[in-house]
Amino acid sequence: MQPFAYLRADRIEDAIAASGPDARFLAGGTNLVDLMKSEVERPLRIVDISRLPLDRITETREGGVRIGALVPNADCANHPLVRERHPLLSRALLSGASPQLRNMATTGGNLLQRTRCYYFMDAAFDACNKRRPGSGCAAREGRNRIHAILGASEQCIATHPSDMAVALAALEAVVEVHGPRGARRMPMEDFHRLPGATPQRDTTLEPAELVVAVEIPPGSFARASTYLKVRDRASYAFALVSVAAALDLRDGRVHEARIALGGVAHKPWRAREAEALLRGATPGEAAFDAAARASVAGARPYRDNAFKVTLAQRTVARALRVAAGIA
Amino acid sequence: MEPPPRDPASVSRRRFLIHTGALTTGIAAEVRLPMSEAAMPAQAAGGESEMRLRVNGQVHALRLDPRVSLLDALRDHLGLGGSKKGCGHGQCGACTVLVDGRRINSCLALAIAQEGREVTTIEGLAAGGKLHPVQAAFVAHDGFQCGYCTPGQVISCVAMLEEARRGDASAVTADLDAAPLLDDAEIRERMSGNLCRCGAYVNIVAAARDAARRA
Repeated sequence: MQPFAYLRADRIEDAIAASGPDARFLAGGTNLVDLMKSEVERPLRIVDISRLPLDRITETREGGVRIGALVPNADCANHPLVRERHPLLSRALLSGASPQLRNMATTGGNLLQRTRCYYFMDAAFDACNKRRPGSGCAAREGRNRIHAILGASEQCIATHPSDMAVALAALEAVVEVHGPRGARRMPMEDFHRLPGATPQRDTTLEPAELVVAVEIPPGSFARASTYLKVRDRASYAFALVSVAAALDLRDGRVHEARIALGGVAHKPWRAREAEALLRGATPGEAAFDAAARASVAGARPYRDNAFKVTLAQRTVARALRVAAGIA
Repeated sequence: MEPPPRDPASVSRRRFLIHTGALTTGIAAEVRLPMSEAAMPAQAAGGESEMRLRVNGQVHALRLDPRVSLLDALRDHLGLGGSKKGCGHGQCGACTVLVDGRRINSCLALAIAQEGREVTTIEGLAAGGKLHPVQAAFVAHDGFQCGYCTPGQVISCVAMLEEARRGDASAVTADLDAAPLLDDAEIRERMSGNLCRCGAYVNIVAAARDAARRA
């Protein structure tokens, strides 16, 4: 591990002021410390933000739920406000990592975790545009079973590994960040980005910006929602494909639908075409299968991951059936 | 620990040192970081830091490189070898300890970041020469083979019982709001962060089941 200076901040302003190009914020450390051990991350300064007062979950005036950036994943999953109003988020969180890691990992850190692409994770590989811009993408011609089928680029076919972010995308959460130029809020959809020609950037965060909270607006999805995660083993593994599905059912019809996929793209993949198809439809196999097909429109698989195109469709269809209670 | 940096950015390093001096003496003029007294001043990269760790009820003053993990601090600097290093990447659970009563992977925690927190290791479980009930259950059910993962398994099981007692759900809990019942499926899911390469899972689950019944 490269030596670094350690600094502990106890105010948000201090943390932001202490940041810089060679600095990293440290919260739970589950991903950052791991990447520092393998020298994928080589910060010269660690700004420990774990003592900042961002560890609360509260109700907003509009009836939404505000989750502080430092709320551990385990606490978020089990908080009464989250369980009752957004069980989809509880389920997504509980499906991720292990109990130990969920105790350490935070809301903000979960959003900012890096891809688990083998070629990114191992600094012994020369070619990784995300790790070394301009060096190429070893995954495109290499082993790419876990890689993206949607929204990838010539430069990068990595996926975002988070479960939590997929649920937050479906729930249209808003991310609040503070930075040197003040505070701003952005929809989850604009927080993560597609790789394009600059895969070294996972998010639209500007330098020294700090995630302080995530807010979920009030919604009517609590009763008919599910998070379905498909992976290589029963527990403690990243998703090959995951689906957050939420339905607002009124008078026997779909009033509104939300579908987001994990494990298929560089960011949580909102399937807006599929959602539009479902609006006004009668819940059932025909409508759900059509939505499933639309969810993977434009998919482009690589050598080892063509199975994901079929798997994603089946997972969307089944998630919708479970959400609608007709599984 | 790795050798010092090949080419530390001298400008950055100088900036750290300036900050360090200014912060510790409280000079406000050029300080960009108005840290309060409770905050920790910046240390130069590559140096060592004073830290106080509270482990099993005892406070220890240490001077360590900030890169030292909590696990390495316990094993190499405090003589507490019970917590094991399996993978060093948070994947096996052999290093599981309690921090403020919660189970974590100590291999992914920096020691310096644990100041002011209470660390409990396998050495701190038994009280008055008597095994903790979870330790006794692992002995009674032969919940191990080589024993390397056992301290992590035991600590994890202790935390699992507390999590279930306060009503935490798991991925296999059918009803998020119901009081969790620790059947075998729940135990397997909740202990999934602890690998046993001998494959002693059958007896580990039996020990956990027994400990849950007695809890």
